[in-house]
Amino acid sequence: MATTTKAPHAVPADHLTVSRRRRRHQTFVAWGFAAPFMALFVVFLVVPVVSSLAMSFTDFRSSDVQTPLAVSFVGLEQYTALFADPLFRRSLLNTALYVVLGIPLTMAVALTLAIALNNGIGRFRTVFRVGFYTPVVTSIVAISVVWRFILTDDGLLNAALGLVGINGPDWLNDTTTALPALIVMSVWRNMGTLMIIFLAGLQNVPREVLEAGEVDGAGAWRRLVSITLPTLRPTLLLGSVLLSVGFLQFFEEAYVMTGGGPLNSTLSISYFIFNQFSFGRYGYAAAASYVLFLAIALLSLLQFRVLRTQD
Amino acid sequence: MTSQTRPPVTPVRASGTAADRTSGVRRHSPTGRAVTYVLLVVALLVTLLPFAWMVLGSFKTQAELTADPNGFLPDAPTFANYRQWLVDLDIGRFFGNTLLVAVVTVAGNLVFCSMVGYALAKMEFAGKRVLLALVLGMLMIPSTVTFIPLFVTVSRLGLVNSYGGLILPFLANAIGVFLMRQFMSDIPDSLIEAARIDGAGEFRIFSRIVLPLCGPALATLAILTFLFSWNNFLWPLVVAQNEDRFTLPVAISLYSTGQNASNYGLLLAGAVLVVTPIVLLFLALQRYFIQGIASTGIK
Repeated sequence: MATTTKAPHAVPADHLTVSRRRRRHQTFVAWGFAAPFMALFVVFLVVPVVSSLAMSFTDFRSSDVQTPLAVSFVGLEQYTALFADPLFRRSLLNTALYVVLGIPLTMAVALTLAIALNNGIGRFRTVFRVGFYTPVVTSIVAISVVWRFILTDDGLLNAALGLVGINGPDWLNDTTTALPALIVMSVWRNMGTLMIIFLAGLQNVPREVLEAGEVDGAGAWRRLVSITLPTLRPTLLLGSVLLSVGFLQFFEEAYVMTGGGPLNSTLSISYFIFNQFSFGRYGYAAAASYVLFLAIALLSLLQFRVLRTQD
Repeated sequence: MTSQTRPPVTPVRASGTAADRTSGVRRHSPTGRAVTYVLLVVALLVTLLPFAWMVLGSFKTQAELTADPNGFLPDAPTFANYRQWLVDLDIGRFFGNTLLVAVVTVAGNLVFCSMVGYALAKMEFAGKRVLLALVLGMLMIPSTVTFIPLFVTVSRLGLVNSYGGLILPFLANAIGVFLMRQFMSDIPDSLIEAARIDGAGEFRIFSRIVLPLCGPALATLAILTFLFSWNNFLWPLVVAQNEDRFTLPVAISLYSTGQNASNYGLLLAGAVLVVTPIVLLFLALQRYFIQGIASTGIK
């Protein structure tokens, strides 16, 4: 009798300690699984991110690397100097132009390709998809070398323009055309990623609604604007956020193709940061990188607000 | 062609001809489709033109490229540019550095990201939410923000111009953790519970049961990491300070801005050597590449 009454109490109690012990054991093991990642994460990300913030309030220079605590605290001086620096302001403007022109252009091209591929293209669909995506996998540095030659005064692009009677400029050596030329190359390099994302998104556009629209006499353009694009909102958002993080950091194209010139017309924020870093002005460069970080965060936030699905 | 992907639909009577109806409601007139094809083919040719020009140009002499900078077919094809890279400039060592860095980075990511992914997907533990928040937070931090203090850290560790300096900062990354966690979450819990009841330890479950089921996710992670590492530029440019540690993009960029800046043929051959391996890899594994983009949204 005693055993039968005791058993129902003993089992839950036992179970509780077992599960608690098991959970503690699981916690121990789980953090063990995360340990290598966490170690790398702390040394190569947390420490740098925190110290770069700290660095941006100091006059840290390359000569201070071995004695980082010997630098002086300068408060917001680096930031105020930054916004008074015409070079930095120029880099802000260039980067903004690059983003404002480049992102919508890339999205429009990618969306056009995705819609074309989604509309009754069965044959060679894979060939098209692979072909349009190929620029994405190439090294920007290597491909910038190629574009640098294509964009010369008597290069391929101007030869092509010459066929239709346009006398093209010396793209990379003209302050008005250098940045647009880099934007064209970025559209070419990045459209593939967005095309794939948009193609996936287009699968979610309800066919019945498109058909109903068609029955009601809505033309192709009307169906695109009123049905396809609204359904595609989350996909467009994802695409624009992904793209803007990359576009805001543009550097390699300018480094290889223009060196930031002519007359700083292609100097991006990243390029400015890189230059300050090369001059050994680490604190100043760190302050500039936080401005860039803030810009990326703000732009992402803005995009979420503008493109957020309206339920 | 359209009928392959189209779900069965009830024909609707509205405008249009009977032929349109039978080919489905989302029909495309033959002319419309022809126009689409023509436009796509033109767009494809324009997209691939720089590659064609790069490859053809790499077989030209400097004299020919200067005389006719927008020609296509080489008059007298030459391997001189490739010979200069392979023999005189010893591109093999840059190739070896790039490959070594990429392979170790891939290996590290496969191991470390899948371990964290497993803990996040299949274990209950204190601090799990914090860990997940850390991983998601890391996704947002751009590399331009970290490279200066990272350089200070790496210099203090004495890792400037070393393979360690090139590899360690990229040995694990948040996107990889996220990818593995998402994939592992779909593995049935019952499978893992059964193994736990049988007394299998977590590491055994992870390595013997879960990992073998993660083939596609591991393939995607490996490819994306390899691609990233092969093309990575800013960090190797900063940390590799002597030729013995240069990666291919760094070597190309330095030759392209130095005294060889106008040696077109040489630089085009260099671009071909950097781009070709990754394009071949892409063509062979394009399904995984595209799957990777679709599942993580990264390039």
